Parts: sequence; C-alpha cells; structure tokens
Amino acid sequence: MSGPVSGPVSGPVSGPVSGGLVAHLELRARGLDVDLALAPGEVVAVLGPNGAGKSTLLALLAGLLRPDTGRVELDGEVLVDTATGAFVPAHRRATALLAQEPLLFPHLSAAANAAFGPRSRGARRRQAHAEALAQLAAVGAGDLADRRPAQLSGGQAQRVAVARALAARPRLLLLDEPMAALDAASAPALRQLLRRVLREDRRSAVLVTHDVLDALVLADRVLVLDGGRVVEEGPARGVLARPRSAFAARVAGIDLVSGTATQDGLVTTDGVRVTGRRDPDCPVGSPAVAVFRPSAVAVHREPPTGSPRNVLPVVIAALEPVGELVRVRAQDAADGSPGLFADVTAAAAADLHLEPGLAVHLAVKATEVAVHAAAGA
Amino acid sequence: MTSLPRWVWLPAAVGAALVLVPLAGLAARVPWRGLGAVVTSPASVDALLLSLRTATASTVLCVVLGVPMALVLARASFRGVRLLRALVLVPLVLPPVVGGLALLYTFGRRGLVGRSLEVLGVQVAFSTTAVVLAQAFVALPFLVLSVEGALATAGQRYEAVAATLGARPTTVLLRVTLPLVLPGLASGAVLAFARSLGEFGATLTFAGSLQGVTRTLPLEVYLQREQDPDAAVALSLLLVAVAVVVVVATRGRRAAR
Repeated sequence: MSGPVSGPVSGPVSGPVSGGLVAHLELRARGLDVDLALAPGEVVAVLGPNGAGKSTLLALLAGLLRPDTGRVELDGEVLVDTATGAFVPAHRRATALLAQEPLLFPHLSAAANAAFGPRSRGARRRQAHAEALAQLAAVGAGDLADRRPAQLSGGQAQRVAVARALAARPRLLLLDEPMAALDAASAPALRQLLRRVLREDRRSAVLVTHDVLDALVLADRVLVLDGGRVVEEGPARGVLARPRSAFAARVAGIDLVSGTATQDGLVTTDGVRVTGRRDPDCPVGSPAVAVFRPSAVAVHREPPTGSPRNVLPVVIAALEPVGELVRVRAQDAADGSPGLFADVTAAAAADLHLEPGLAVHLAVKATEVAVHAAAGA
Repeated sequence: MTSLPRWVWLPAAVGAALVLVPLAGLAARVPWRGLGAVVTSPASVDALLLSLRTATASTVLCVVLGVPMALVLARASFRGVRLLRALVLVPLVLPPVVGGLALLYTFGRRGLVGRSLEVLGVQVAFSTTAVVLAQAFVALPFLVLSVEGALATAGQRYEAVAATLGARPTTVLLRVTLPLVLPGLASGAVLAFARSLGEFGATLTFAGSLQGVTRTLPLEVYLQREQDPDAAVALSLLLVAVAVVVVVATRGRRAAR
C-alpha cells in the first residue's frame, strides 16, 4: 500500500479524473424515483433497508434495466434519455459492476477472468493477459493468476473480481455490497483494498451497502434510500455519526432519541431528560436528537445509581446476535419512535436473564451522548 | 435424512425389474456362437454404419438448431413464448409414426414443402436425408429441454457482469453463456444421439426401409425378426451395448463434476 492511509483525500490529483455523473431515474414497477450526482472521483454510499431499490438503482446505471423516465449523463455523454429515446447498452457504458458474490466465470482462470474486459475491448491476447496480470498484482492476487475460481477462497475470489472490474477500465464503478458475503476475516482486507482503489486512485463509484463501516471508510457522501426515494443525504461522517432522522440512525446502527434541546442535552415529549454534549448549532428550545452508540449502553435490571448517567426505562422487544455480542432491542417508544438498542456480551445477557417482555433500564454516560439539530430543523 | 416408508421399496423393486429383467431375457436368447458372423454380415454392417452416420448428422442438426431455440425460449421475452415452449415438446409426446406421417405430408412429393422441392428436382422422402430429418424431429426436444434447463440454472448474473465489463452480446454468448451450459449441452447431445439411434416409427413411415440408404439398425432388427430371429437378437444386443455406453458416458460426466 502506498501513501498515507488516513486523512481526507483532497490533494492534487495526477491526470484527468473521470466519472462525473448526473442521473435522474424513475422506475414505477419498483417504485423508484432517485436523483443522483457524482463529482469526478467521488464515492457515494447508498444505504437503505432491503427492497429500498438500491440494487435496482445500480442496474439502471449499468444499463441492465431501462427506466420509465430518466436521464443519465456520464462525463458529458448521455447514456439514457427517455425524452429522446437514447439508450446506451450495458457493454458500451464502461460501468463495471462488482456484486456481493464475485461471479467469476467458473470456466476461466483468474488471469483469464481479469483479461475478460480487455479482450472484450478488443485487446490482443498477449496484451490483455499482461494487463490482467498487472491488475491481479495490484490487488495482491498475482500468485492466484492460474487458479480456477473453484480453487479460491471467498476473499481471494472477490479480490480477483476487483482486478477484473478494474481491468475493464470503468469510468464508474458500481459496487453492490461487495463485502456482504465475506467472512469476518476477509472483509477488512477487501475494505482496505477498495479504499485504496477508490480513494487513492480517485475513482468514481456508487457503493450499495448495509454496513456503516463501508460508508465511513470508503464514501465521501451517503445517500439513504427508503421506499425508492432519497430520505437523507450528506457527507458520510455527518450522516452516520450524527444521523438526523430515526431512519438514518437505524441504518447507521446508532441509538437516537428525539426531543427539544435543553442547556445540557434534550428533553423528550415524555419528559425524560437526556444529558450530553450539545452542538453549538442546536439552540436551546429547538428540535434536537441525542445519538449514542449501542455499545456504550449498559443494561440494568434495577435503576443504576452512582456516577451521573442517563437512565432510560424500556421493555425488551427482542434479543439478537450481532457478531460476538447480543443486541438488546427495546420496544418502540409510546410516540412511535423506533426502539433503542444496546449491545452487551452474551455473558452479561445470560447473567441478567434478559428476555423479551422484561422491563430494564438502559444507562449511558453523558460523555457518550451527542446532541444536535434534528432533520429538517 | 428421514427414512422412507418401507412399502415404497416394493413398487420401486418391481419397477427396476420391469427395466432389467427383459434385458436379461434378451441376453439369455443371444446366440453367442456365431455372433460375429451375424453382426458382420453385409446387411448388418450397412445398417450399423447408416445408423451411426445418420444419428451423428441428426445430433449435429439438433445442436445447430436446438441451442438457438433453447436460448430464445430461456432468455427472450415475447408474447407466445410459453405456447412455443409447449409446441416444441410435441414430438416428445407424439407417437413417432404420426411424426413420420406429418413429415411425409410436408416433405413428400405432394407435401406442403415437398411440392416446391420437387420443382427444384430435390426429393427428400425415402432418402438418407429423410432418415436424418425423422431422427432430428424426434430428438430435438431432448436437446432443447436439456439446454434450456441448463440456461435456467446458470441464470443471467454472469451474463450481466460480462456485459458491464464491455462484452458485446455475441461475446457474452460465446465466452460466457455457452461455456456455462456446456455440461447440459453435452448431455442433451448424447440423449439426442441415443434417441436418433433408436428411432424406428418415423423413419419407417417417412424414409422407408432400403438397405444402405434408409434401413437403420432398428429397422434391420425388425426385418430380421421374421426371417432370422438369431440375427435380430444379436443386432439388438449391439443397440443395447451402444445405449449402455451412452448412459455410462453421461452419468460418468455428471459424477465427475
């Protein structure tokens, strides 16, 4: 890996950066109506629940589906315009698709897979092979060139799939949950690779993901889709660290309590006071949200005493495994806002005899709580 | 795994016996002495060679026409595709002799197409070409079904990825789709070959039984049955041997995958 890994990627870039995208897409059968714009070299993460239309959006951009109404322009070239009937087929768009599964052609070696794009472009066999080997080496899969896909692990196969996509020289990369099918050990390595590919090489990409970490590490901007529409949009860190809507909070996996800003936090409509670090942009008396990480929440059967904390009485709705932890999901609040959740160790869950229907107290330190303006405020 | 109800074994065993016992019956009747002489008689050799030639030609014809048919049925979406899929299977359920009659009234001298061919000086009926057509008519559904099933199993996700990598539709077909369905295509071709080799009713009706021209092995067997039962049995054994080789070849391929 070359160059600094951390820090914002905004320095001068060598060479022209392509991938400027302006898209308006409607597909009534799937209830999709989305506007999307990418600056050249920008990465946008698309978050949203299943059935929100995320994969449909990628298929429309790739040219695998036709919109009912819409227009897509990539680097000034019109790919789709339903007003004029223009439609550039998938194979002439240079928008490589990387899916959840690697989908390597099973009858071809890793090198032949990576050479597929160059060969389709009309490159000679030797040149395509050389290009494929270079891309495989660039993703750290040079030693896998002669293997068949069946002989590769999930992580290796996805690396080869990345090399294959890059070898096609895409102007825009379309990533459909590329880490979702990988095990916990391979996902971070691939995320690291994609970070280098996307951020350091400044490639435009639309990244569909469920994972807040993917969005934080890989994306400049986040777009939250729900029911085929964009419900929240903004810089990745802003939306995910400080979600303004209950929906974005749920997607980000962050607890959110809404209410009215007070001097040292907020007060809910039920009169529960939540203490935290209040943003200066959120004046006292305005609509506000308090956000905190579920891992910062402790679960007690009796109201805890001692150091000053926020204590929120809830009723457990469900217990579900999250990695090595147990996610304690509370019932939705009386005002309809989504239930809070807390991540505790399996041992703690067992010690406390937690079960659905049990009334418990969620405690979170004031230092772990950030209070800022609510969406639309 | 749940255990089968015990009574299921009885009908299953009867079914297996229904298939295997007649083969034993045939084997028991084989005149092992003088087998070589019967099998190598000019009439037998003519029939065997004609059968191999026509079945090969018919299989090639099935592949050339059947693969595009399967592609259209599996991938294209247009009105009437379901009706077309049903019609393609007609030869599978039609008695072969009826198929032979249909071919005769199409390609015969007075037939729908045969009339025009007659003007051009081409006669199809009662020729080796007719044998190949009759065999292809009955064998085509086997190939189409097999390839269409393989296409459905393979799905279109690989094809979509190939397109986004810049491959034109023809490139996708040749470099992705066909290699993916190759096992299905191979077993479909083997089935079509076996069906062609065993074709009797349509061939007899449409092509007749002329030694060296249209009298294939099954026709020769039927003919010899009256005059020389020993020869008929010996030739039948030859057909069984070919069938066994075909079955083992397809099964072996599947097991190897």
